[in-house]
Amino acid sequence: MSATRKKLRLDPIMCVGHGLCAELFPERITLDDWGYPIIDPTPISPALEEHARRATDACPTLALLLERERTR
Amino acid sequence: MTTLAEPFADGETDVARLLPRPPAARLVDHLARLGTPPSSGRELIGEVERAGLRGRGGAGFPTAIKMEAVRSRGARLLQGRKPIVVANGTEGEPLSAKDKTLLVHAPHLVLDGMVAAARAVGADEGVVCVERTATPVVHALERAIAERRNLADGITLRVAPTPARYVVGEETALVNWLNGGDAKPTFTPPRPFERGVDRRPTLVDNVETLAHAALIARFGAKWWRSAGTETDPGTMLVTLSGVARPGVYEVPLGSPLRHVLRNAGVHDVGGVLVGGYFGAWLTPRQAAMVTLSTDDLKVMGAGLGCGAIAVLSGDTCPLAELARVTQWLASQSAGQCGACAHGLPAIAGAVQHIADGSDRDASAEAAARRWLDMVAGRGACKLPDGAVRFVSSGFTVFAEHIAEHRARGPCAAFDAPAVLPVPRPEESWR
Ligand SMILES: Cc1cc2nc3c(=O)[nH]c(=O)nc-3n(C[C@H](O)[C@H](O)[C@H](O)COP(=O)(O)O)c2cc1C
Ligand code: SF4
Repeated sequence: MSATRKKLRLDPIMCVGHGLCAELFPERITLDDWGYPIIDPTPISPALEEHARRATDACPTLALLLERERTR
Repeated sequence: MTTLAEPFADGETDVARLLPRPPAARLVDHLARLGTPPSSGRELIGEVERAGLRGRGGAGFPTAIKMEAVRSRGARLLQGRKPIVVANGTEGEPLSAKDKTLLVHAPHLVLDGMVAAARAVGADEGVVCVERTATPVVHALERAIAERRNLADGITLRVAPTPARYVVGEETALVNWLNGGDAKPTFTPPRPFERGVDRRPTLVDNVETLAHAALIARFGAKWWRSAGTETDPGTMLVTLSGVARPGVYEVPLGSPLRHVLRNAGVHDVGGVLVGGYFGAWLTPRQAAMVTLSTDDLKVMGAGLGCGAIAVLSGDTCPLAELARVTQWLASQSAGQCGACAHGLPAIAGAVQHIADGSDRDASAEAAARRWLDMVAGRGACKLPDGAVRFVSSGFTVFAEHIAEHRARGPCAAFDAPAVLPVPRPEESWR
């Protein structure tokens, strides 16, 4: 059985530390001492997907990605 | 696969598989030593797998798996995007000299490896990358490639002289530069095996890895495994510094580190750095017990890395060394990722406070430890992770020195001349 769940991933090169994502999705995204996001790697439950989507959509540099992850 | 006679026997601590004595820079000498290379093909991948060859560029990834990934990718792709082989000889690690030594002493062995690897993955082109500041190496390769014109092995070879900076040797940085961009790492995926030089499936292997592949192609896996141990087969080039006779040595894997060091002359060990500035510090006790094996080193939080091993004697100030090298590592950031661009200088500043005795209330140490946790795993490349390993293991191994500096200020050796090298890199990324 293979189900697909979603996971947040950051392109640290694209990210310039606007920090909007942490405001919109504090459940999984915090900021480090320099204002760059630290992403919690745990998969996103369907209940939280809406929030995650809002965070990725808000990133001005499109550095935050919501990706499918394969699980067994 | 073995049809040729073995031209050399393996001694216990004195092996000359990769580094012939005298050197074999010229094709005639190379062929006289090893004979004509067999015209191997795809079956080399299986032989490399049976040999158990792991990459010698630092990460220790199984070479056959990468070869097969490039090959199958190339076989599936249409539009004539043939795979290409990139031999990584950039060696930006200041403590390592093994790749440059190998390329000068036995360039044809590396080129044979590139040809064999190219045939195995279905490539018809190979590029060998070396720092353009290393002119003798660039010339040795140009001469060697020119000499091979009549070999007619069907593979086009060339040298690419790269900018000289630490992260240039990271595989995505190398590919980006070969594609005309800056020699800075790029976000993955795609990894080079998926889409590399000219968008082709690209095999990036360290030059030493390819030299081993050339020997496996000639003499087979069984012979190759006759040096080393069951779990860590083969030999490895190590660069030793801080010993009486520093330099590049070829040692069977699994050798006790203490034998390797004793051979090169060692006395008064304060700490041993294994794996270069990407590596981990060992206490003298650990260094006396460990063997050059992946599993053994892993238990101590270390790894073979690129094989650079530096002994710090008991009369140097390890904290002054730690501070200087951390500062240098921070200066090597490509400045692309927030955690690396800001975190490494912050950590370096804190280490400087610890070293110069000004961290009386241990706040700098606490901050450094928090930042080490904070930056790990957050770069596009592994530079931050390497710096974290270097500093964290240093904190552990030199804990007594830290306490001393805090209580009494820096030791007498603090202002002594620097031991660990921090070269001035080129400015340009192109
Ligand atoms: C910052 C950084 C610098 C690196 N520098 C080198 C280098 O100088 N030479 C090298 O072979 N690999 C270097 N690597 C590793 C390469 O990315 C790659 O893993 C290696 O060339 C693959 O070859 P191998 O499988 O034969 O080890 C570096 C990696 C990082 C993260
Ligand atoms: S982690 Fe540092 S060196 Fe690596 S790509 Fe990011 S900024 Fe550059």
